[in-house]
Amino acid sequence: MTRPLLLKGGRVIDPSRNFDQPADVLIQDGTIAAVGTGLGMPEGVEIRDVREQVVAPGLVDVHVHLREPGNEDVETIASGARAAAAGGFTAVCAMPNTDPVTDNQAAVGFIVRQSVRAGLTRVYPIGAISVGQRGERLSEFGEMVGAGAVAVSDDGRPVASSHLMRTALEYARTFDLPVADHCEEPTLAAGGVMHEGLVSARLGLKGIPAAAEEIMVARDTLLAGLTGGHVHLCHMSTRGSVDIIRGAKERGVRVTAEVTPHHLTLTDRACERYDTHAKMNPPLREAADVAALRQALKQGVIDCIASDHAPHAYDAKEAAFDDAPFGIVGLETAFGVVHTELVLGGVLTLPELIHRMSTAPAVAFHLPGGTLRPGAAADVVVLDPTARWTVDATAFSSKSRNTPFAGRALTGRAVLTLVGGKTVHPAGAPVDR
Amino acid sequence: MSRPDRTIILDARALARALQRMAVEVLELAHGTDDLVLIGIQRRGVELAERIAKLIEKDEGVVLSRGALDITLYRDDLETVGPKPVIGETRIPGDLAGKHVVIVDDVLYTGRTVRAALDELADFGRPQRISLCVLVDRGGRELPIQPDIVGKQVKVNSGERVDVLVEELDGRDEVDLVRQGAPT
Amino acid sequence: MTAPPLGKDLVGLEDLSADQIRLILDTAEPFKEVSERPIKKVPALRGKTIVNLFFEASTRTRISFEFAEKRLSADTVNVAASGSSVDKGETLVDTARNLEAMRIDMVVIRHPSSGAAAFLGDRIRSNVINAGDGQHEHPTQGLLDLLTIRDKHGKIAGLKVCLVGDVLHSRVARSNIWGLSKLGAEVGVCGPDTLMPRGIEELGVCRFRRIEEAIEWADVLNVLRLQLERMEMGFIPSVREYYRVFGVTAERIEKASRPLTIMHPGPMNRGVEIDSRVADGPHSVILDQVTNGVAVRMAVLYLLAGGRPELADAAKGPGAGGGGPE
Repeated sequence: MTRPLLLKGGRVIDPSRNFDQPADVLIQDGTIAAVGTGLGMPEGVEIRDVREQVVAPGLVDVHVHLREPGNEDVETIASGARAAAAGGFTAVCAMPNTDPVTDNQAAVGFIVRQSVRAGLTRVYPIGAISVGQRGERLSEFGEMVGAGAVAVSDDGRPVASSHLMRTALEYARTFDLPVADHCEEPTLAAGGVMHEGLVSARLGLKGIPAAAEEIMVARDTLLAGLTGGHVHLCHMSTRGSVDIIRGAKERGVRVTAEVTPHHLTLTDRACERYDTHAKMNPPLREAADVAALRQALKQGVIDCIASDHAPHAYDAKEAAFDDAPFGIVGLETAFGVVHTELVLGGVLTLPELIHRMSTAPAVAFHLPGGTLRPGAAADVVVLDPTARWTVDATAFSSKSRNTPFAGRALTGRAVLTLVGGKTVHPAGAPVDR
Repeated sequence: MSRPDRTIILDARALARALQRMAVEVLELAHGTDDLVLIGIQRRGVELAERIAKLIEKDEGVVLSRGALDITLYRDDLETVGPKPVIGETRIPGDLAGKHVVIVDDVLYTGRTVRAALDELADFGRPQRISLCVLVDRGGRELPIQPDIVGKQVKVNSGERVDVLVEELDGRDEVDLVRQGAPT
Repeated sequence: MTAPPLGKDLVGLEDLSADQIRLILDTAEPFKEVSERPIKKVPALRGKTIVNLFFEASTRTRISFEFAEKRLSADTVNVAASGSSVDKGETLVDTARNLEAMRIDMVVIRHPSSGAAAFLGDRIRSNVINAGDGQHEHPTQGLLDLLTIRDKHGKIAGLKVCLVGDVLHSRVARSNIWGLSKLGAEVGVCGPDTLMPRGIEELGVCRFRRIEEAIEWADVLNVLRLQLERMEMGFIPSVREYYRVFGVTAERIEKASRPLTIMHPGPMNRGVEIDSRVADGPHSVILDQVTNGVAVRMAVLYLLAGGRPELADAAKGPGAGGGGPE
């Protein structure tokens, strides 16, 4: 039984209740007991001094790849949860493109049990839309929900068949499930390895045009409107997509969208030395796209930030650009990168950032969390917005090192992560008297 | 007493006289012009060969075969030289079989340039005979090579070098003894 | 007088300055003369080991490099490696390490992936020469094209050179665009939109959609090979249509108001992108391109081959001649 814990003297930012002021947070029996000043001290309380720091609801990442089952050498649920905790996340949603694909209740249950065993950041399974992610037949949404799935997605691939997407949206409505789509028109994008533009022309690499994403964004919002279902658009990357989402929201379509820290901060110029750490899908785009995504995030046209954490082995990325796999890890750099470039860069305020990384994703996926409301589970992160650190991939808790941010100087990181009142980061650190 | 940076060993007139005498010696050595081919080594050897050829032509009333040889690709220090030297033109007139080739160069020192020239000529054919004609012999041989015709023998101390200037390239005719490290 | 260095590798013309490109072209001239000698050999690279690492089949480029290497007295080894997509990435890393371990002096690499030459150059100490990487660049082809144009016209600056055909997939086109622009030529491209990269105009080239306009504008046409697979991939409806709309035919050339120099990197699809009468005509310099190819490659190998400047002081002699020993 852990002792009650008081986080004393910090700036408490709770977007779920529009709360942003100095306050103390009392945690007891794994839940938030009280938030305010002059709180009564229960017996045996541990006091942690968090002056100059920010106390916020634990960060929530609705889009990560944890590779277990099937590719445990590059990541497991346990190592991924450790990486998430280090990044300040108290909950993540794991995409189903594992091996075998997570498309049935037994597979979903496995992930839930692995998460409990790890005992760190909560890992919520996302089930596949189609059996084997082959895009032919719907998988058993009801069974998967019963085992703990919080959404469905065929991410890794697009849902090529509009008919299948439509039925998925309709069927998911029964269970109030978000249907998360990886928006990529397959015939346009086939063979492409980076954004189609001037840089790809110079490098002699086949490009993926922005239209490949926008076509599916348009399709998905139209189908969500037709069916009344909830579509969640993964890793948005173009200004055209932003415009389509804005219009759809104005029409009352149930659409939510996410954007990654790298799409908010990097452009296709990062590919210029054929650096495979700049290769991901959707690809890094142009400066105008980055600007539009930033504005969209600020305005809420894009609801939340999600890392699309995609571990890969060193050998796999050490290849010619055409042959390297897509994807980068992101859990341990997400907050630092976005805080440095967007908050210190004057695009977002810190409360806005916390909203987009905590409250909003929890709401989008109907997850508990994203709040410091008394009575809620004590999923809390303490952030130091002034902490200066350099990204050292060799020190990652993740098993993989494929990041384009290696060596970058960042400002802001999580210093304490609590899940249900228990410290999950730093590992084994004592709490101040 | 400090030596001056640059001492003139041959001025323009002295150089011209030396070339006159060398032209005569070439003629004698070759027993006439029938099989004679003058080949100058890039760079200034080419200009000197041209001068000598013209002197001979004026006296004998014939047209002489002449050519140019750039030895850069045959240098024995090519491996160690840093950025690659610029390669000049190589122009060998016709078949060398049966010919008496007279190699013309400005300064003979270690003998390595001449060795490279001999190697390169061998790749063009087999002359009947090859002779060496140099404007200045400064001694200091590192290979067993000797000139057949010399314009002037110059004793060069350590820390000094010989500069040959020709009108065509440098604006004046002169041979200087220069203290090493002095500006060219 | 010694010349400015080129760096360790030749990956592309995009990385070179105009001065460096001119240096290579100037150095190629004396090497043309070497190929005219009875003994076509100079000892300049004697004792150097050069590996021709070709992951894509290529007869003409490989032979051209082999002649260049042998005429410089280097020892050459040809390796035809597998380019299959299963092995590609792994093979390249391992190959790099193996070559490094064998202390090869220079590697000439042709590979189907863009960026493969830079990938190799970053990982081994040997000099790496790009003989064509994916669709990125084919710098020695670009250089020999420049040399051929310079020989024919006496200059490059101010000339109008048009590349005709599949620019999108062409590494020769990219190298040409860089080389020509840096030396002050005006560059044009002509072909169907499906075979042009997006944003090509931003590289400073004129865009023609009609071959007749390109012919009227240009001083030089460099006609690119149309790969017949492009039809299968849907970029053009048929080879017949391509010839009728974009073919460089004798009739079209005759209508030009001034004589046009005709170039082609080879191998030619006669009757597809170019007419035989044009390819074999009086203004075609296609065979000169081949001759110049060996000289340019000799120049590149010569200029890249490592010197060790720290030993140069021992060897350096005095004198105003070639900077060499007397």
